[in-house]
Amino acid sequence: MQRFKEKSVRYFFMVCGLLSIVILFGIFYLLLNSSFPAISKVGIKAFFAEGYWNPTAFSGPQYSIWNLIKGTFMVGAGSLIIAVPLGVACAAYLAEIASTREREIFKPIIEILAGIPSVVLGFFGLVVVAPLLSRLFNIPTGINALNGSILVGIMALPTVITIAEDAISSVPQNYKHASLALGATRWQTLRKVILPAALSGIIAASMLGMGRAIGETMTVLMATGNALANPSSFLDSVRTLSANIAIEMGEVPMGSVHFHSLFFVGLVLFLITFVINLIADLIFQHYREGA
Amino acid sequence: MIIADKPQKNSELPQEIKVKEQPRIVTKLSQKAKSSNVVQQKTKVKAEALSFYYGPTRALTDISFDIIANEVTALIGPSGCGKTTFLRIINRMNDLILGSRVEGKVSIDGKDIYESSVDVVELRRRVGLVFQQPNPFPKSIYENVAYGPRIHGIKKRAILDEIVEKSLTQAALWDEVKDRLKEFGLSLSGGQQQRLCIARVLAVRPEIILMDEPTSALDPVATQRIEDLIRTLASDYTIIIVTHNMQQAARISDTTAFFLLGELVEWGKTSQIFTRPRDSKTEEYITGRFG
Repeated sequence: MQRFKEKSVRYFFMVCGLLSIVILFGIFYLLLNSSFPAISKVGIKAFFAEGYWNPTAFSGPQYSIWNLIKGTFMVGAGSLIIAVPLGVACAAYLAEIASTREREIFKPIIEILAGIPSVVLGFFGLVVVAPLLSRLFNIPTGINALNGSILVGIMALPTVITIAEDAISSVPQNYKHASLALGATRWQTLRKVILPAALSGIIAASMLGMGRAIGETMTVLMATGNALANPSSFLDSVRTLSANIAIEMGEVPMGSVHFHSLFFVGLVLFLITFVINLIADLIFQHYREGA
Repeated sequence: MIIADKPQKNSELPQEIKVKEQPRIVTKLSQKAKSSNVVQQKTKVKAEALSFYYGPTRALTDISFDIIANEVTALIGPSGCGKTTFLRIINRMNDLILGSRVEGKVSIDGKDIYESSVDVVELRRRVGLVFQQPNPFPKSIYENVAYGPRIHGIKKRAILDEIVEKSLTQAALWDEVKDRLKEFGLSLSGGQQQRLCIARVLAVRPEIILMDEPTSALDPVATQRIEDLIRTLASDYTIIIVTHNMQQAARISDTTAFFLLGELVEWGKTSQIFTRPRDSKTEEYITGRFG
């Protein structure tokens, strides 16, 4: 009886673990299955050809997701450029410089930042960041890729800070002491010993931040303007893959080529985040073996 | 005034030549034993009525102690007696402990090192510290040694190469690692790592080298090598070593200081401390009745 109980407990937890794998593959299958009609009708080539996304055109609908991918990567990269230096600096401050009291004040505030609903952050983008950008760069509207990058950067910030701080504080104290005992300043110690030793964790933090940025929908939808044009700079309006799905899914006729094309967009998004996570994992492992 | 029975230093020889021509340690030691030259020695470090507090706890009480230049001074005593605390006062590593406080005076070459005008970074360059656990940086062997000179502004590769070779030679490690300077410092054995840490300290050309039980994590063979090395280095540096190993203190030191419960019970020439201790507590400790 005891053995049976022991075993059933074991299987219960195993099923829970398997469930997440089943769900993952289920979603992958769903995306693949639902986008297949679009792939066969439009063709992979047409999706990735340079051109426009315009499936509702009266004559000759276009299905190129080129500009959407470009917009996604612009917002993703832009947000990283903002979140990583800021986040790592903040993490270094929290882990190495701040007094216990300062840390006690800062950490909960950062956690609150992580809890801001993305829609609310979108408001902030529309009302505060957009006018600011429009004045700063003297452009008619501040709703563009830069605005999206700033907001998603803010969103990714808590993730980057938390993971980077973890990586920095887990650098053994004796590295730090060895450096200080050699007559290094705190700044030299931080830059030349602690940050390099924490590099794998910092890269993991950046990648997770990137994953967050690429998949982010609501804030981006509100802040980037969603134009389907080919963006040439960060001051242009862009539409991301995720925003594209959110915008069009509600109005598309079920079962149409357009409908299935949106699933294909979802599939591409899924693959991009998958590859980013994979790269993060590989870098992480490489550095762990190195150390 | 302390009179030591050390051979006179060949101070007219440039350091490089001296290192290269250094005979086997054995002969060096026998020279020391045979030598009858009596030389007046200069006080390098002087503690006067020194007390140290960790918060409200007093760790050291009223220590007055002269450490002679170009000698090996051993600090012995049971665990928690304050010998490591005393060691770390000399390069102000105790500054890193929150709430710690120094009373009294510690001076190097007659200058108070706790005066507000003292540059702690420069002090730590002059006073190197070798830790109990070998703690090479997660960098290559070369970079470990070059780290100190680099942070002190040496950029030229040729000069760095020279310093690295010289420091590793002085630390009796060059022959073992000269073909694999690019390998990780952590790939070395424990004894080699400790010699690497000593080389790292030597690379910044300190005047004083503090050693905090440098052989306690090592096997007897590695310990022997480090002890030989310490004897060799004593001709150029002032060495202060904390040790739990009484035989080690007797083997390598010129002066021995016995600490007990935060007080300096007795200090004097090693030969005297180990043969005719003045205090009965010292005698009990060195004969192994407690500790």
